[in-house]
Amino acid sequence: MDDTFITGKLKSRFTEGILSIDEQKDMLTIVVAKEVIHDLIRFLKENESLGFTFLTTLCGIHYPDQELQLGVVYHMHRFSDNTRIRIKTFLPLGNPVVPTVTDLFSGANWMERETYDFYGILFEGHPNLKRILNVEYLDYFPMRKEYPLEDPTREDKDNRFFGR
Amino acid sequence: MNDNRYTTLNLGPTHPATHGIFQNVLTLDGERIIDTEQTIGYIHRAFEKIAERRPYYQITTLTDRMNYCSSPINNIGWQMAVEKLLGVKTTKRVDYMRIIIMELARITDHLICNSVIGVDSGALTGFVYVFQEREKVYEIYELLCGARLTTNVGRIGGFERDFTPEVIKKIYEFLDHLPKVFRQFEKLLLRNRIFMDRTINVGPISAERAVNYGFSGPNLRAAGVDYDVRVTSPYSSYDDFDFIIPVGSQGDTYDRFCVRQEEVWQSLKLIRNALDNLPEGKYFVDVPEFYLPPKEDVYSKMEALIWHFKIVMGEIGAPVGEIYHSVEAGNGELGFYLVSDGGRAPYRLHFRRPCFIYYQALPEMIRGGVLSDAILTMSSMNVIAGELDG
Repeated sequence: MDDTFITGKLKSRFTEGILSIDEQKDMLTIVVAKEVIHDLIRFLKENESLGFTFLTTLCGIHYPDQELQLGVVYHMHRFSDNTRIRIKTFLPLGNPVVPTVTDLFSGANWMERETYDFYGILFEGHPNLKRILNVEYLDYFPMRKEYPLEDPTREDKDNRFFGR
Repeated sequence: MNDNRYTTLNLGPTHPATHGIFQNVLTLDGERIIDTEQTIGYIHRAFEKIAERRPYYQITTLTDRMNYCSSPINNIGWQMAVEKLLGVKTTKRVDYMRIIIMELARITDHLICNSVIGVDSGALTGFVYVFQEREKVYEIYELLCGARLTTNVGRIGGFERDFTPEVIKKIYEFLDHLPKVFRQFEKLLLRNRIFMDRTINVGPISAERAVNYGFSGPNLRAAGVDYDVRVTSPYSSYDDFDFIIPVGSQGDTYDRFCVRQEEVWQSLKLIRNALDNLPEGKYFVDVPEFYLPPKEDVYSKMEALIWHFKIVMGEIGAPVGEIYHSVEAGNGELGFYLVSDGGRAPYRLHFRRPCFIYYQALPEMIRGGVLSDAILTMSSMNVIAGELDG
């Protein structure tokens, strides 16, 4: 199945909400508004001519310089002809709420918990949204870019000499 | 559930039957499992966060601490992901060497998993048989890279050194010897009435549910879906070889056992094929920005010294890009989602850890069964704590 067929299908179904389409990357990459993300994933999964029935990964990403800082990245896979697709949606830092896809993919349960745990992205409708890998009393979301990996009070190491 | 009829039982975090550090809080009615709640994260080491600061070559050492039963697959999978970002094409010799190492790792992974199913069903003998064979693979790793468990084998662009004649001899010895032992092991369990009674129809999952849960690897194939990354998106010249993808039908513990057994036989065939037809050529490709130059050149040539310094100090940026690369690891599709902003370290690196994704199906698989079957189901899913927690 080629990319133009998929994008054509999506464009005819979703007249608004698709923000950008990139066919130059290693797989078709689509950025959509969070309002349509759930419908779009359902459409990709359940439409007979598309049939992306496998959710490969779901993860978060943080771009502090963007207006919509937090992102959720979905990778989906169609087994029959080995087509992959990447879908992204971006959310504001103040209100990072996105609909859950656990009703479509049972496997999304822990992936969304992991994303919440590290980025603080709230998945609306998730049956059990709590921390999964970190301790429950942690009061911040450690994968966000403002948290440095090393202790910022350290003075013995000069970052200029170690790249970033 | 506060009903007095039910018993709450902690299975784990440190329990001999969990084979790793993770906890299951079981709600039992007598011996029947009503429900279970899983707690994981006991050995979470924040690899994704650490990776955002490390130069690319230093991340290899993080990957082999994920699935430590088959660390070379993780190492090489990561190196191939970086090569994909850089747009590097490896030589046939590198590809074949990688296949040999990765299939050896797959064999050790499956040996452990299957022998542990035996242990958990009360047959310790088989475990002892095959564990000796794993030691031989570790000796091969040792000759090749100096390490045994956390191998850090290979480099971005190939291998740090070529197969020595001794390595090749050892691999051939292993290929000749393993089938004898493995056949004995198979005789002990495969058609053993007690073992079959303990595993058939235990912890089953349908193909549809398995796909919905994001299963991959032997666990998915046991349910009847013939998805194998080595075949659907061949990497490292896997398409040069002819091998069978074993598929089960019931998705139960016995099918998972059988799929892994057959995969070991197929891996043996693959290794022999690759080793017999090992192409001539260089064991690394020319990526001076990432592949450390030979030590004698570092001492005698200016350019080599500069590259050596720049690599070790992590001063080299990767091109801007965004890729997803996956390999068929011991447990399924091990994926690397890598976003680079041109810096020395990845901007974002996400590991698709197959264990983490399929382990959440456990409550559904063991519900209604008895406790001793739950242990078997868990060990047949091959949950590796390092991979689970990342």
